[in-house]
Amino acid sequence: MTEPSDALRNGPSDSPREGPLSAPLEISFDYTRSLGPVLSQFMTALADRQILGSKSADGRVHVPPAEYDPVTFAPPEELVPVGPDGTVQTWSWQPAPRDGQPLNRPFAWALIRLDGADTGLLHAVDGGSPDAMRTGMRVRPRWAAQRSGSIRDIECFEPAQGPAAAADAADRATAVDQNGRVPIEMITTPIRLRYQHTASAEESRYLRGLAEGKIVGQRCPACGKVYVPPRGACPVDGVPTSTDVELPDTGTVTTFCVVNVPFQGQRVKVPYVAASVLLDGADIAFQHLVLGCDPGEVRMGMRVRAVWKPRDQWGTTAENIDHFEPTGEQDAPYESYAHHL
Amino acid sequence: MNGARRGGRPPRRRAAVLGTGQTRHRSKRPDVSIAGLCREAVDRALADAGLAITDIDAVVVGKAPDLFEGVMMPELYLADALGAVGKPLLRVHTAGSVGGATGVMAASLVQAGVHRRVLAVAFEKQSESNAMWALSIAPPFSMPVLAGAGGYFAPHVRAYIRRSGAPPEVGAMVAVKDRRNGALNPFAHLRQPDITLESVQASPMLWDPVRFDETCPSSDGACAVVIGDQAAAEAVSGPVAWILATSMRTEPTMFSGKDHVNPRAGADAAAALWQSAGITQPVEQIDVAEIYVPFSWFEPMWLENLGFAAAGEGWKLTAAGETRIGGVLPVNPSGGVLCSNPIGASGLLRFAESAMQVMGKAGEHQVAGARTALGHAYGGGSQYFSMWVVSDRPD
Repeated sequence: MTEPSDALRNGPSDSPREGPLSAPLEISFDYTRSLGPVLSQFMTALADRQILGSKSADGRVHVPPAEYDPVTFAPPEELVPVGPDGTVQTWSWQPAPRDGQPLNRPFAWALIRLDGADTGLLHAVDGGSPDAMRTGMRVRPRWAAQRSGSIRDIECFEPAQGPAAAADAADRATAVDQNGRVPIEMITTPIRLRYQHTASAEESRYLRGLAEGKIVGQRCPACGKVYVPPRGACPVDGVPTSTDVELPDTGTVTTFCVVNVPFQGQRVKVPYVAASVLLDGADIAFQHLVLGCDPGEVRMGMRVRAVWKPRDQWGTTAENIDHFEPTGEQDAPYESYAHHL
Repeated sequence: MNGARRGGRPPRRRAAVLGTGQTRHRSKRPDVSIAGLCREAVDRALADAGLAITDIDAVVVGKAPDLFEGVMMPELYLADALGAVGKPLLRVHTAGSVGGATGVMAASLVQAGVHRRVLAVAFEKQSESNAMWALSIAPPFSMPVLAGAGGYFAPHVRAYIRRSGAPPEVGAMVAVKDRRNGALNPFAHLRQPDITLESVQASPMLWDPVRFDETCPSSDGACAVVIGDQAAAEAVSGPVAWILATSMRTEPTMFSGKDHVNPRAGADAAAALWQSAGITQPVEQIDVAEIYVPFSWFEPMWLENLGFAAAGEGWKLTAAGETRIGGVLPVNPSGGVLCSNPIGASGLLRFAESAMQVMGKAGEHQVAGARTALGHAYGGGSQYFSMWVVSDRPD
């Protein structure tokens, strides 16, 4: 590729090439799951220390119960109690348990065929050490002291010694007798995802430019359009964009909306103006905030300039520009930005 | 099949919608699991077609992005519920247009002669997640101004109003029409027979210029469609909806020169659709259209994008009342996305409703004499488009 013609006056292009910028991104949400009639019975029974399976048309018993028969595709006709003891069909040792797993010390993940069942239930076995684990070993559930109608009502399975304790059965009968229990129809499943978000090489250069108070786009060698932030490749021509172009921090609001809706995770206080700002010299608008006037005064065509945060707060982020504010100039004529809508 | 008439594409076999089914869409369906929700729609579609679940040869499933429900690849555990054990099960993903793309994919499997009867299923349980949250995640280094789908599309609505010179009440007129239509549809989530222009205009401004009553609801719901080949269609005792043409087009979310008001991918998809269906005057030849309108102003925008009206003129059809039931082109007699929005299913609902119209099975929201209908969906940042034309005649 050719060397940049619109060279930066100084800054990142003079320094040795640095790697792409990377930062953690963590998102989480407490999803709910409505269980439906079959899994509702399964979860409700767990709270009573009972494990249910579904009987399918071919006579097999599935645990957990299948919502629909894998052979006939019909809902199961009946749920039947299984276990509580079972046999390990296969297992894998987990030497370093992770957050949220059933046990915080090393354990085995195992497929356990409960007595009376034909399929394996995946759960944890508190086996102590891999040497104590073997296929065919007998295990039984260790119930959680507090049960809420969740698979976690079974804390884990443990090696079974002797017949299932009579006390346990009596205990269970007592629990079932307290049958005022409201059926469990909904569970909450918190999901947390931790990503490492890595910017592209081109976006990293743009972000490092921002950290020095500059806005650096790139020009497509084929169509000549200037993209900011730069993409590394022109989405229209499919060719690399390697020519850096430093842009001013003034531009035109092509269009906008006023956000009045509060929502989970929102980081800007409502109401705010989310505007498409077309920087002077750029060929694509980007979204930013417009403040410094009443939202009702913002117009398509309004001329704006960037209001930067104090320099000591700058980082490699688009948030270095706190917002855009009106310049007070005459509005740009509609024709000058109509093709960017 | 005449290859030349179909735009030079290879000849295809005839395919028809044999039956459709949907759930009663609500804000919450705590009584069923995702599997149960899907199955409700599937059972209704099979009953409508007079078929058993074992008559199906392949299943195509569509849903919104996984983050919307927090279930990775739900198709893996839905095989039992969808009757897909021992059969091909495919998942389609094209963001909000996924329901439409699912219908097109199922039709293609039949048109290509791969399968005789294909079940298309699409669903969403919006109540188990928060789409607004899922659509507004700000990755590192970026400006956190995202505000859901409304925040994304409202500026483009503003651009349309400016470009077309449409009177400001047109958006509210669409909302009134669709919500009243929804009141005729027993499956619609929002049924508001008494809504008025004044009440819409008095509703809160969410993402100026888009008001609360001009915005789709969050729904739990599913839709299923059975598509069969000619022999399968002839074996059905009731009416079928012949699929005259399908079309899909894609473009990037953003590029310099992208027309957010009238996206080229949508216009190209429509042009290819009309050509393939042998339609030269869409507004005259199409009797009813089910168009993906999540925010009211998208009705006039898509009327233009689809070629029902010239650029800048779509709002005139709406303003003249021509998109009501009884008008020259009834749009969304079911109430559309503005009344029911289980996102993953919304596109397939448009396709199913178009088929119901030409089968004469739309009940109180039936457009009298409807013989040829459009089903349409779009998704992402106006970047995925899928559509079909169905008719009571095979060609």
